[in-house]
Amino acid sequence: MKTYYNPEDLKKFGDISEWQAKLGEKFFDYYGAIFQDGTLTKREKTLIALAVSHAVQCPYCIDAYTEESMEQGYDEEQMMEAVHVASAIKGGATLVHGVQMMNKYKDLSM
Amino acid sequence: MVMLNNKSLLSQSDSLSDPNNQLDILDKVNLTPFKENLKKSNLFPLKPINVDVFQINLGKMCNQVCKHCHVDAGPDRKEIMTRDTMYLCLDAIDKTSCSTVDITGGAPEMNPDFRWFVKELFKKNKKIIVRCNLTIIVANKKYNDLPTFFKKHNVEVVSSLPYFNSKKTDAQRGNGIFDKSIKALKMLNKVGYGIDGSGLILNLVYNPTGAFLPPNQSVLESDFKIKLMGKFGIHFNNLFAITNIPISRFLQYLIISDNYNKYMEKLVSSYNPMAASSVMCRNTISISWDGYIFDCDFNQMLDLKVSVKGKHLSKYNFEELLNRNIIVNQHCYGCTAGSGSSCGGSVT
Repeated sequence: MKTYYNPEDLKKFGDISEWQAKLGEKFFDYYGAIFQDGTLTKREKTLIALAVSHAVQCPYCIDAYTEESMEQGYDEEQMMEAVHVASAIKGGATLVHGVQMMNKYKDLSM
Repeated sequence: MVMLNNKSLLSQSDSLSDPNNQLDILDKVNLTPFKENLKKSNLFPLKPINVDVFQINLGKMCNQVCKHCHVDAGPDRKEIMTRDTMYLCLDAIDKTSCSTVDITGGAPEMNPDFRWFVKELFKKNKKIIVRCNLTIIVANKKYNDLPTFFKKHNVEVVSSLPYFNSKKTDAQRGNGIFDKSIKALKMLNKVGYGIDGSGLILNLVYNPTGAFLPPNQSVLESDFKIKLMGKFGIHFNNLFAITNIPISRFLQYLIISDNYNKYMEKLVSSYNPMAASSVMCRNTISISWDGYIFDCDFNQMLDLKVSVKGKHLSKYNFEELLNRNIIVNQHCYGCTAGSGSSCGGSVT
């Protein structure tokens, strides 16, 4: 193994079922169902997936959902805006813990 | 992002200007042969249903050099149809039960006999489609009256506009093309094209600006209508979402940008039997500038002539064409991926 991530491995995602068929099958059925049109459209879900891909910093997901977003007709400005949403939530999640820090600081202070 | 020359493959003496070299590249990729998928779909050999659309390529001359052009058209291309060959087309149309004559190029309007030919077709009471690149209308004063000419002959105009902004449009079609296209669209709207109730049809064509498949056609049409109306006050009827076929200049782009293998894998994995049963070559024939007959404009550019004895209009035999086997190859995956693709957009 020369690198931790290999773009070619994305095509092998389905192979995870080889070592645990039942759970693998359940996961992919669930995954497939999630991305069908529902109360949210497949198109809307794609942009959510793109943002989440960045939040979880998954290179496979970013690869897949960048291409999928383009094929759903999103342009670069819309896609970057979605990434900023992910960034805002991640940044906000960090900063809101500052309140916890402040609470603790105050508890320990005269 | 790769930079490509703003010239035709032929003028660059690029090896891809030879259709045989393109076919070699398409054959070399280790993917399921298109024929095998057709066999699984019980569609091989692929047969015509009828010949409803008689598509004529008036030549490779064009005022633009688009990066995805399957014709390898451009200002340097001098191959254009003569009036004698147009006469052969008119004779063949009389022998064909087609409802539509679809005129393409290059920029077909640059052919000096274009207007004469449209007038002759108009007398035949066929639906006439002209694939107009828009910018030709504003390229020279002598073309400024094209909207009026189209209107007078009840021509349906089909025009490429890959996106509703200049960044993407110009990236595919050349610097300044978007602004000129908007100007031309306004001129078409002014005489009634794309306006509800006018009866004058203006359809737009979306091609992906890169190595990816087109979005859902109806969703995209809705986006285009909102943006083009909101920002520029432009009306149009329908949007056709068309997949880029991996031949000619788009093939060059795929190879140079290192996207070729991945794009082909995508096309093959997106094979849709429903789309395969509705491919345009089953109701279309395509005529080249020099009068040869093909199953479609893509086969024409790969020099894959129809598999009948009368391969030229001078030996046109409608019955023979109706019973032909359509020639298929790996590039055909472009028409069967996802929602499918044709000169009229998605097919499913």
